[in-house]
Amino acid sequence: MDILNALVAFLNFVFIPAAAYGAQLALGALGVTLIYGILRFSNFAHGDTMAFGTAITILVTWGLQALGISLGPLPTALLALPVGIAATALLVLATDRAVYRFYRVQKAAPIILVMASVGVMFLMNGLTRLLIGVDEQRFADGERFVINVRDFKAMTGLAEGLALKTTQLLTLVIAILVVWALFWFLNRTKSGKAMRAYSDNEDLALLSGIDPEKVVRLTWIIAAALATIAGVLYGLDKAFKPFNYFQILLPIFAAAIVGGLGNPLGAIAGGFVVAFSEVAITYPWLKIAGYLFPGWQPDGLLQLLGTEYKFAVSFVILIVVLLFKPTGLFRGKSV
Amino acid sequence: MSTNRQATAHSPWRAPILFAALALLFVLEGTVRNSMFSGSWNTSLAILNMGLISAITALGVNMQWGYAGLFNVGVVGFLALGGLAPVLVAMPPVEGGWSAGGPRVLLSLAVGLGTLALATQLWRRMGKGRLRGLAVTGVLILGFFVYRGLFDPAVTAIEANNPARHGNLGGLGMPVMLSWVVGGAFAAAAAWAVGKVALGLRSDYLAIATLGIGEIIVAVLKNEDWLARGVKNVVSIPRPVPYEIDLQQNPAFVEFATRWGFSATEASGIWVKICYMSLFLVVLLVLILLAELALKSPWGRMMRAIRDNETAAEAMGKNVTARHLQVFVLGSAVIGMAGAMMITQDGLMAPVGYNPLRYTFLIWVMVIVGGSGNNWGSVLGAVLIWFLWIKAEVWGPALIGVLTAPLPDGGLKEHLLDSSAHMRFIAMGLVLLLVLRFAPRGLVPEK
Repeated sequence: MDILNALVAFLNFVFIPAAAYGAQLALGALGVTLIYGILRFSNFAHGDTMAFGTAITILVTWGLQALGISLGPLPTALLALPVGIAATALLVLATDRAVYRFYRVQKAAPIILVMASVGVMFLMNGLTRLLIGVDEQRFADGERFVINVRDFKAMTGLAEGLALKTTQLLTLVIAILVVWALFWFLNRTKSGKAMRAYSDNEDLALLSGIDPEKVVRLTWIIAAALATIAGVLYGLDKAFKPFNYFQILLPIFAAAIVGGLGNPLGAIAGGFVVAFSEVAITYPWLKIAGYLFPGWQPDGLLQLLGTEYKFAVSFVILIVVLLFKPTGLFRGKSV
Repeated sequence: MSTNRQATAHSPWRAPILFAALALLFVLEGTVRNSMFSGSWNTSLAILNMGLISAITALGVNMQWGYAGLFNVGVVGFLALGGLAPVLVAMPPVEGGWSAGGPRVLLSLAVGLGTLALATQLWRRMGKGRLRGLAVTGVLILGFFVYRGLFDPAVTAIEANNPARHGNLGGLGMPVMLSWVVGGAFAAAAAWAVGKVALGLRSDYLAIATLGIGEIIVAVLKNEDWLARGVKNVVSIPRPVPYEIDLQQNPAFVEFATRWGFSATEASGIWVKICYMSLFLVVLLVLILLAELALKSPWGRMMRAIRDNETAAEAMGKNVTARHLQVFVLGSAVIGMAGAMMITQDGLMAPVGYNPLRYTFLIWVMVIVGGSGNNWGSVLGAVLIWFLWIKAEVWGPALIGVLTAPLPDGGLKEHLLDSSAHMRFIAMGLVLLLVLRFAPRGLVPEK
């Protein structure tokens, strides 16, 4: 039994990728859950908001690269990120003003807002395609690895290598910073408290003089920032393709619901639950089993589900939560 | 479901006039050749046939949304599942495919379903406690391994059988029209499973769950080669109508065509499309008749009562969740039927083509534009939007060409001209948002 090599293989193929993916999902789910908490509808345009923000960031990145500006070992996209966030925030504020506010004032049924978000999704999808096309774009530059396989093997003398991509480390660091900043904002600032109050009880919040439009605007800006950051990190880590950002909607919704819609802490937990289950279930465990039980010769890859069905994992998690705990692991809203 | 339900007076001529205008568009497409229309009846009828299939899909969506306010975001999945039926029903059986592992695949699927059923029964019958959780988990894990143990070798054997041409089980070799009903049944079964879980909870949950099942069904069709060859596609699915090549070789038909002033090639295409159109029209009209009868019956009144005020209907002793499940299954069956009809018409099962933007959200635009809650409205919206969607491919670049004419030649102008295809999405999104806001009752409002 070779525990050390098994552990390294586990870290390399399961833990690190899942942690990075989980952080990306968590940021996406935080946006969905905040919108749900304040505006009380599931925003189907969130995936395409992510795509739009990422597209703008990529365009600015290309501009910066053309000017010869870079961040050294870090991806240039980080410099472009604020521009992407600002553009996305403007866009979502404009859609709120033009689309959602009307239904909010009317107090329309939530499902009408969901429907409107589908229309917005179409718009944003077309806009993104217009800006950058439908093809896959890779825009990660700078140092590729923090630890690469060869150095790790030379350093430790183990047979199994460990790689840590810059983008993965960056994803985790940025996600922690963003989440810390968000919770500080929600718990410590007046505006953040107003948001939480509005989310808890709209009427009571209105009675205490909270300006609902201001809360809504703030929510959209934060959601746009979260969506853009999540989208850029996902794009840096894998690649940017507009259709993938539509597909990631399902794991993001699953994460938000698993954690309890409307509950920010839940969204983070949900993101990691979904990501770790997805990776663990679609990873072929043969190699790790080979280290742990050298005598055992299974005839399959020990893969529970093919990677092409990774969306099925989020779906099954979603179904299980809906069956047994519809409000999510952390009590969310059950409006 | 609109937010504003009081009936505003509108002319009883509104729907007939709109339908006449729509018919005029198709006649123009068939007869006038200029920069806007193709002047080919073949093109016109091809658009119409796909429009009719979209109309049937829209009818199904309208049952769910218009009658019950259920938001199905997985239309593409139910459509694709229906499309599986022509392959499984009408294709001839693959030689050696069935004996390679057919019974074993069926057995493994039975084991899989049996495991789920057993787990459900255990959950219901056993008393609350840790033992129940352990027993159910144990059954599920054991069932999964037995299922995979049976399933994997069978699939390998089937896919190894002449993989270049087949590698799948093939069908039953039965008439293809039968598959329309089977397709409906497939979609209904999937809808029942999803609805059972997601209905009765918050309204968004159904939307999210259907989004998931839609993606999964398409993924299954893409990857399960033993079923319908996955991305390798199944071609030459039998047709319920004559083949063009046979018509062209039939002297009586050629004479008939020349008498009407068409070449044999053109006439054969038109004739085949007219045959399909008649079949689709019959199905569409029968479905509308049934739907209208159902809506006028006490059942229809109850459905509308539930939609308009769930709490009140529940207080009157109506089982809202069960009724929702019922109408969700019915609507999905209609969508599945449309899916089977589409594959029958194409003669080709190509799962890569199932794009949610095209098959879910475009259908939604059709329903909303047509007038949710009104069957004729859905039909009108479907055929109209489909016509515009196809023609936007031609009109879009022309329009952008005109709009960008004053711009100096350069990168921006070229980029805009190149990306006019994407304008369709923006246009559809705008149409959806504008109708939803300014005319929530659609072109032909509910009575």
